[in-house]
Amino acid sequence: MKYLPEKTLPFSVEFIRQFRRRRTLVAYSLMVLLPLLVVAAVKLGGSADEGTADGGNFGSGTLSLIGLATAGAANFTVVMIFFATGFLLTIVFALFAGDTVASEASWSSLRYLLAAPVPRRRLLGIKLAVAMTLNLFALLILILTSYLVGLLAFGSSPLVSPIGGTFTGGEALFRLAIIGTYVFITLLFVSAVAFYMSVRTDVPLGAVGTAVILVILFAILDAISALGDLRNWLPGHYSQAWTDALGSQITWDNMAKGAASSVILFLILITFAYLKFERKDIMS
Amino acid sequence: MRLGKVASGVALVFIFIFTFSVSASADYLPDSLTIDGAPISKADKNPVKLEVNLYTPEVLPAPAVVLAHGYGGDKNSLRAQANYLREAGYVVLSYSARGFGQSTGKISMNSPEFEIADAKALIDFLATRSEVLLDTSGDPRVGLVGSSYGGALSLMVAGLDKRVDAVVSDIAWNNLETALFPQNAVGINHPGVFKQLWTGLFFNVGLTGALQLQDRCGRLEVTWCEIYESVAAAGTYSQQQARLMFESSPASTNEKVTAPTLLLAGQADSLFPLSEADANYQQISTANPQTPLKMVWHSGGHDLGVPETDRLQLLTQEWLDAHLREGNSFNEDFEVTFAQASIIGTNQPTESQAQIESAPKYQGLNNRTLTIPLAPEAQTILAPAGGVPAVISAFPGLGGFGGFLSQLIPEQTAIFQSSKLDKLARIIGSSEVKLRISSEEVHRDVVLFASLQVISESGVKSLPNGLVAPIRIPEVSSIPVEISVNLPAIAIKTQPGDSLQVVVSTTDLAYRLPLSAALYKIELASDISLATGDLVLTDRGQTLWIYAWLVLGTIILISVVLRIFRPYSVSKNRSDLSEVPVAIENLVKQFKNGPLAVNDISYKIPKGKVVGLLGPNGAGKTTTMRIIMGLINPSAGAVYVYGEKVQPGAAVLSRVGSLVEGSGFLPHLSGRENLDLYWRATGRTTTSNLDEVLTIADLGTAIDRKVRTYSQGMRQRLGIAQAMLGMPDLLMLDEPTNGLDPSQIKAMREVLHRYVDSGGTVIVSSHLLSEVEQTCSYVIVMHRGQLITEGEVSQLLSGKGNMRLEEFFLDVIGSDLTIGKSS
Repeated sequence: MKYLPEKTLPFSVEFIRQFRRRRTLVAYSLMVLLPLLVVAAVKLGGSADEGTADGGNFGSGTLSLIGLATAGAANFTVVMIFFATGFLLTIVFALFAGDTVASEASWSSLRYLLAAPVPRRRLLGIKLAVAMTLNLFALLILILTSYLVGLLAFGSSPLVSPIGGTFTGGEALFRLAIIGTYVFITLLFVSAVAFYMSVRTDVPLGAVGTAVILVILFAILDAISALGDLRNWLPGHYSQAWTDALGSQITWDNMAKGAASSVILFLILITFAYLKFERKDIMS
Repeated sequence: MRLGKVASGVALVFIFIFTFSVSASADYLPDSLTIDGAPISKADKNPVKLEVNLYTPEVLPAPAVVLAHGYGGDKNSLRAQANYLREAGYVVLSYSARGFGQSTGKISMNSPEFEIADAKALIDFLATRSEVLLDTSGDPRVGLVGSSYGGALSLMVAGLDKRVDAVVSDIAWNNLETALFPQNAVGINHPGVFKQLWTGLFFNVGLTGALQLQDRCGRLEVTWCEIYESVAAAGTYSQQQARLMFESSPASTNEKVTAPTLLLAGQADSLFPLSEADANYQQISTANPQTPLKMVWHSGGHDLGVPETDRLQLLTQEWLDAHLREGNSFNEDFEVTFAQASIIGTNQPTESQAQIESAPKYQGLNNRTLTIPLAPEAQTILAPAGGVPAVISAFPGLGGFGGFLSQLIPEQTAIFQSSKLDKLARIIGSSEVKLRISSEEVHRDVVLFASLQVISESGVKSLPNGLVAPIRIPEVSSIPVEISVNLPAIAIKTQPGDSLQVVVSTTDLAYRLPLSAALYKIELASDISLATGDLVLTDRGQTLWIYAWLVLGTIILISVVLRIFRPYSVSKNRSDLSEVPVAIENLVKQFKNGPLAVNDISYKIPKGKVVGLLGPNGAGKTTTMRIIMGLINPSAGAVYVYGEKVQPGAAVLSRVGSLVEGSGFLPHLSGRENLDLYWRATGRTTTSNLDEVLTIADLGTAIDRKVRTYSQGMRQRLGIAQAMLGMPDLLMLDEPTNGLDPSQIKAMREVLHRYVDSGGTVIVSSHLLSEVEQTCSYVIVMHRGQLITEGEVSQLLSGKGNMRLEEFFLDVIGSDLTIGKSS
């Protein structure tokens, strides 16, 4: 019987295994629902906002983010990203990365994959690739739905930045692409924590929860001004730096720092995950 | 694990840094005192009680600094700055001005008679303190530092009290009249346009607050209360009110300032714009050219902008060091920050967000050296009735939102655009343009707003800091009136390809607007004359830690790649064992903090037999099976499967099918999908015998239901089917009969015998000894991690009469049994 380690657990197989799970459907539905809910709230929420929704050439008069959101599809997308990065995307990224190995352990199917044998490094590699693909899809679904919903609800006005500048067509899409890419990179950290914990524990919820709690913890530390410049070193400190892509010129350095720290922590944690998993006694 | 230790080391270092930093920044507690100030009012000569915080440094005597707060603040709002200056070695006195905090008295808007006199009393107080360095008796070495309300106060005290040795005045006004009623039409002697939104916000802080709203005036002194009420109602002011505003302004005292003065001005400030700081500079330098003066245009201001708190604190300290301590000096360069705002967060700007450029000398606002033509078409614009809808250019306290809010209203707006600029230009100060304005009917009290907008090559529009220049003209008629307009003072760099727009509009939400509708024809009477400046980038040094990050990142990346992509170690083969399904040699497994699960076991599983693995709970059966599957690493010894040493991922495992401690399936997929996907995950290239094993599983139509809905027995059968996928040479089944009914057990037995007949080997572990006896021809008995006995069932029982396997088993492992419970 011929056995080829490089043919074990192909990406497509693992993708089907994960994609067909109910949590995938729920997470993706949330990504679609968020923009719809916000549009519904804006459209049904009193007459104050209607002035901007149907003409909008004298500003909204409100400084709320909702006011910004109703300026057009691109603006709506930016505001949806702002809403989602706080918590929703964090949870989704933690979910996809966090229960990938741990849930396999909790179903007892992990031992049969490893005894097949799927080499442990390959198993982790494929699982990570599939988790990150599902994460990417989540972000893309959010962005595309937001853009479409925004287009139908508020039209295709140029991206209007709250810090000066109006971006038309291609420029607006370019800025959205940068923002999406940066958000994905900052969420690498969350994914890596969840993934590492997923390798350590057999409880999927534990892995996801640890990542989310860590993110909350760092956010709290980040809010303590007594820590001063030390906060610059906290993971997630630069998670909102994508707003720098909304200036008339893009300023890169905060985004560069945020991306660097997220990628480095991602690599460190993934390395630890590999080290742990390669030597682990599989007791599940 | 070495890396684990490294990780905990790193964590410890972090904890140490955090603890250290928190303890280092633990707040120093100042002395809280109450000091008598100037009289309460003209009528009541009793002194006000001023609450102060006195911060004493470690080295004494030391120069003193009086810290004055902004409008609405109090002595405690200055704690951070006071601690900073105390650590820099100054005696710091921060206080609540009269009417603020717990200080008594009412707010008189920096009246020389009251607030300024209060500050003099504080200097008197400092002169009595032994901690404070004295110039002469009664004259302490003292600097005054303040922002906004406190900034104006600092300048005025320096003008009215010769004892002041240095001043740092941030975002102060020059004259309340010009700040609150700006008029940018040159040479028109007519009150400007009432900045009603800002003025309202400003004065209302004084009306309410900590002391509760007791009457209409709250904490405001009645004179000022009445002035505010009258101008807010009328939108203009009387000559007498203008005089009072002047007296409460640095404009009235600047000519007497001789103390070295650092003027900090905010570019993001629609309340006290750069032109106010410029007026302070011009008045001081004209009256006393020898006065050391330095002008800094930072990127903050009353509209927040991009706050540069850290840099301004350092500049303040350096200025004080240079003028309150011997042996220091500090440059008097003009410094300008070119900043790009961030919407969220108030992080200090980074190097590329905020470039600081400087020139040796402050050049004023009117260094107009560059003239650029604009498209001259005359345009007619509407002043709407009631002044609405109005353009929102800047919102008090949030001015930087201008980019979003300043969506112009086309019918109210005349735009004169330049062609593309061909090179980089710095617009530093207030540019000038001449306009010709007429209307068919006669209109009095005409209000217009002029601004300078930049359009980038890609069409991005920006209105620098949301600033507009209000113009108020007494009368416009069909005979055109020609006026020269000072556009808002700004500091920007335009790129090649940018073009400029002079925008003239009739409304702005922040200002008092005329109520009657009108149409105006706006013509251009001149090219735009740009205020420029020759500035050079100040080198602030490289941030070295970025390189540290890069090096660290590269090292990690390389080690990760090496780690992940290093070749799989090749299993050691033992050719002598290549025909032995499983050979176990001196196997030991000691779990961390656990029992010795397997204690030095050696045996061989014979080929072509159904082998029973027996033993009570905790005998080590399952651990052994998991080691054979490559799931658990042995502590010592080795397991060979068909001569190949077992380790995680060993290729020989592809010849083993197993079911250990229950089946493992994805509950959201059907039984068929589970088996299909599992087969595709095994990396085997032969065709699967899926249909054959599905017959064994005997699940009928349930095979296409989700596994979630299966009973335990159904899962068990599916698990056995999975183990048989591809007909592996060795089949290892742990409690295979769990959940099966007697007829299924019988069928299973036949399946296993057929399996052996076709050349395979089967290992079955079970606690059902009768079942084992019927199925297995060879048994291995384990107990407490040790091998008790092994051999052919027939041989083991031979010579023991009619002994059943069960009795034999009890015999060999003694009395401490837990048989019967599931293993």
